[in-house]
Amino acid sequence: MQKRIRKRYRAERRFRAIGMGAVIVSAAFLFFLLATMIGNGAAGFMRTEVALPIDFKSAPLEVDRAQLGTRGADLALAGAGLENRVKTAATAAFGEKGDELIAENAWTAVRDAIKEDPNLLSQSAHIWVPASSELDAAADGGGEPELRARVQQLRDRGALQSGFNAGFLSRADSTDPTAVGIWGALKGSILTMLVTLLIAFPIGVLSAVYLEEYAPKNRWTDLIEVSINNLAAVPSIIFGLLGLAVFLGTLGLPSAAPLVGGLTLALMIMPVIVIAGRNAIKAVPPSIRDAALGIGASRVQVVFHHVLPLALPGILTGTIIGMARALGETAPLLLIGMRAFIVTPPGGVFDPATVLPVQIFLWSDEVSRGFIEKTSAAIIVLLAFLLAMNALAIYLRNKFETRW
Amino acid sequence: MTQVDFAEAADVSAIPAQTEAAPKMSARGVNVFYGEKQAIRDVSIDVDMDNVTAFIGPSGCGKSTFLRTLNRMNDTVASARVEGEITLDGENIYDKSMDVVQLRARVGMVFQKPNPFPKSIYENVAYGPRIHGLARAKGDMDQIVERSLRRAGLWEEVKDRLNDSGTALSGGQQQRLCIARAIAVDPEVILMDEPCSALDPIATAKIEELIHELRGRYAIVIVTHNMQQAARVSQRTAFFHLGTLVEYGETDQIFTAPRQERTKDYITGRYG
Amino acid sequence: MNPYALLFLVAGLGVIAWLTGRARAARFGAASKHRLHSLPGQHGLYVAMWTVIPALIFVVAWSIFTPSLATDAVLKAPQASALPMFGYERDAILNEVRARAAGGDYGFYPLAEQLAPVYLQASRFYGWLGTGLAILLAFACGAFAYTRVKADFRARTRVERTVMLALLVASLIAILTTLGIFLSLLFESLRFFAMVPITDFLFGTLWSPQVIDPADPGATLGAVPLFWGTFFIGAVIAMLVAIPFGLMSAIYLTQYARPAVRQWMKPLLEILAGVPTVVYGYFAALTVGPAIRDLAVSLGFTYASSESALSAGLVMGVMIIPFVSSMADDSIAAVPRAMRDGSLAMGATTSETIRRVLLPAALPGVVAGVLLAVSRAIGETMIVVMAASGAANITANPFESATTVTKQIVDLLTGEAEFDSPKTLAAFALGLTLFMITFLLNIVALRVVKKYREAYE
Repeated sequence: MQKRIRKRYRAERRFRAIGMGAVIVSAAFLFFLLATMIGNGAAGFMRTEVALPIDFKSAPLEVDRAQLGTRGADLALAGAGLENRVKTAATAAFGEKGDELIAENAWTAVRDAIKEDPNLLSQSAHIWVPASSELDAAADGGGEPELRARVQQLRDRGALQSGFNAGFLSRADSTDPTAVGIWGALKGSILTMLVTLLIAFPIGVLSAVYLEEYAPKNRWTDLIEVSINNLAAVPSIIFGLLGLAVFLGTLGLPSAAPLVGGLTLALMIMPVIVIAGRNAIKAVPPSIRDAALGIGASRVQVVFHHVLPLALPGILTGTIIGMARALGETAPLLLIGMRAFIVTPPGGVFDPATVLPVQIFLWSDEVSRGFIEKTSAAIIVLLAFLLAMNALAIYLRNKFETRW
Repeated sequence: MTQVDFAEAADVSAIPAQTEAAPKMSARGVNVFYGEKQAIRDVSIDVDMDNVTAFIGPSGCGKSTFLRTLNRMNDTVASARVEGEITLDGENIYDKSMDVVQLRARVGMVFQKPNPFPKSIYENVAYGPRIHGLARAKGDMDQIVERSLRRAGLWEEVKDRLNDSGTALSGGQQQRLCIARAIAVDPEVILMDEPCSALDPIATAKIEELIHELRGRYAIVIVTHNMQQAARVSQRTAFFHLGTLVEYGETDQIFTAPRQERTKDYITGRYG
Repeated sequence: MNPYALLFLVAGLGVIAWLTGRARAARFGAASKHRLHSLPGQHGLYVAMWTVIPALIFVVAWSIFTPSLATDAVLKAPQASALPMFGYERDAILNEVRARAAGGDYGFYPLAEQLAPVYLQASRFYGWLGTGLAILLAFACGAFAYTRVKADFRARTRVERTVMLALLVASLIAILTTLGIFLSLLFESLRFFAMVPITDFLFGTLWSPQVIDPADPGATLGAVPLFWGTFFIGAVIAMLVAIPFGLMSAIYLTQYARPAVRQWMKPLLEILAGVPTVVYGYFAALTVGPAIRDLAVSLGFTYASSESALSAGLVMGVMIIPFVSSMADDSIAAVPRAMRDGSLAMGATTSETIRRVLLPAALPGVVAGVLLAVSRAIGETMIVVMAASGAANITANPFESATTVTKQIVDLLTGEAEFDSPKTLAAFALGLTLFMITFLLNIVALRVVKKYREAYE
């Protein structure tokens, strides 16, 4: 008997250990994922810069100073051959193939510096310009050995620095990984989310109100409920097919527009809002309704003056969770055309755009080291937004938890 | 239990003939069904302005159900069906042309468990007049709120904290707030469904005193399972049993010399 | 006219209508002795609704019809006689006409360049006509409503009935969407099955959409490898990861963990479900895939791919852990405490109680959770798109590559394919299959829960 009991206790401990192990491994995977992303992506927020000595004093640039304060400045400086000047300056400073050490668009940094301080045109100065992606990779410890040697050389001279790449957040897509930014995709995401919210929230809340407060118990109501529960479980790519066939095909709306993306995503998250809304409305105690009815409020007044305000925190929580899901969706938006290479951020909801998860997907195909950093950095931005939204939802839920 | 002939169940012979005014509300031959089940059987009764009417009876006898027919709160239950005639000032309240919303402003209700809105005290009282358009100007609303709170005996206790939440008051105060809320829409009848059963004795006493003060200004109907309370506050009492009105008469007479056997059994505590 | 401007105008008219209606009702109300049925504001709302709603419906309907009217005008123009009678080129030219009129200035067809101004003029004309008619309608309906405002008019009832109607319409959108999905998928699939026999599609084993023989498209559009890949990756590998981890996590968290631990661990697991699938896919492609390939090579599989089925399935399984865990958690927690106490009181250890009593009792809920998780897994797209390849194999070797229905849907619909080709329509057929299978899984899961739950009521 004793032996048997010991055996059982051993089995018990094993079982418990397996359970604990399962939880720990799952959590560990999550941390591993996050650590990898942060590890890869942190470098994406930084940018290597090289101090470029450029001499305008001895070899002045042929440009009309008057233009520099106006909008024609960019054109004027480009027309004066600034790009070539920068390249020759690089070769002069760093030897043959020196222009490969600076980024292709490095000359724009010089241009911006000149616009800010036109006196530069009569001086000889060191201007910080972005390094090329190869040099950038070498500075992070990768790349070819001779480049790494170069990096060390430049560092010793004090001509190399790493700085926060503010441009990442303010620039749009590009083919050069050092010049790439997520602003275009961010703006597309914001516009799409706006459309999604404006459509899904009213429809979701009104449906929830109808189903909980007014719907008679008949077959039509059952049908609506079944539809909503099923829609909540339909794979997201099917909504993409729906968007393609109906919004782009039958209705002829512009492809890759935030309007179409927003419509598609709205249909997808509407059931989430309805279900959350119904639960929130159900939680309002009937005594409040009775009290309002007893005073002589009509059914509509009871709902809109009393029930909805009390159900609102729960509805908002559900909406935020739904929006977080929509923010991370990729597949349906691919199908409605958002997979093109968009260089200019969208101006309105009818212009072609892309969203942040799709941008991540498009960059993931690029194999250069520079893009891996940037993709991971974009993932960090996306996760940060999602974290903020979920934290807001949890805060709302806790703050307005139980009143009765 | 002897089978009583339901058509003559209500014994109203003890009531003196109404000489002054017509009854405020009258019910004739009312039947209430929940689906197939019949909850109220052929009840006929009058409610007048000058007297407080009490409905008594064991639990489940239908007194609350019948009370709720008087302001059509049964409409909120999908399976409920009401037959018969109930009139307010002579108009049938179940007629298609009767607006339920206005009916409920004229016939107010106070519930068993105090249920103030989760709003401020001021807003609780002001809500009714607001949706019925009773206050033309801002000053009017303040007056209405003060008057209602005074009549409910709550003004002195809350006049300095009208913006506090209604749910922060004690149980007895909350119930008086609910009475003030009902008064604010200027009703003609006030229905009270066991208003004191969730309150302590001191609060109960305050409410009973309030009922005395309100008598005459409003026709009051109170449902109670506490016979002594019915004896204290009412002038007319109706005894319900198993969905029928067994006896209806002057309160004194019901409690000292009931005519029906069942009434006597209930009064003396043989069941219920 | 600019659509935004028109909307503003109609809204402005609505506000004016509300003010005037309310004023009129207030005048009547001041004169009458007893209580008004409806507040002046509600009368105002009544007038405003009549002003705004018919006009809005008209504007929406008109803007749907304007393009066809303008196209008609183009077709009546003398230059239009040069248009081909029907076919792809005709459509392309007409599309270009519309694009040019909207402001684009490049294209292939000189004819389109000529016709564009006609379209532009016609659509401008119809735009102004529609605006004028809309405003007229708003005024007419508003005036009609205004005359009905009287002391005894039951405006509130009307307004509230409109509100209820709006609520009903909002709810119907749910049905409309389900219907829309089903019908659009069905419609396009039927067009597909007109070109490709359904037996070829459902039972064919060669999937190679790049080489479609126009005479016999069904020969390279056999979907069996896709079904197998979807099943293998989603229902086998992913579940082999998700079920043990999910179930054991749920058991640990409900039975063993201290409340403080449970409070933190449960949300942590939920976070796994909240990570966007594109991030999982990237992670799988970047880290997991190569790692598994190295593993496979070290085990002797020399031609292992870094886009293996195992890599995709593994990551997908991790993503699904919270689904299984959460449903299992709920089911185990729902088993009456009396059962657990009864078993423990007999001297059984916790693990024996779980294995012999709780799990069997919670089984329906767990099974339903698993079914829903499978449904989620086979509908998952991005992880497979990024971590697996398009190689349509039928293989049981997890280190090889396989593809799924969802990945193929994405691949088929990217690129320059025309809308009517078998390639594009195949995507809809695949979508229909996927929709029906997940639908079925969901219904079975719900049925299982409903049928066995009653035992404990």
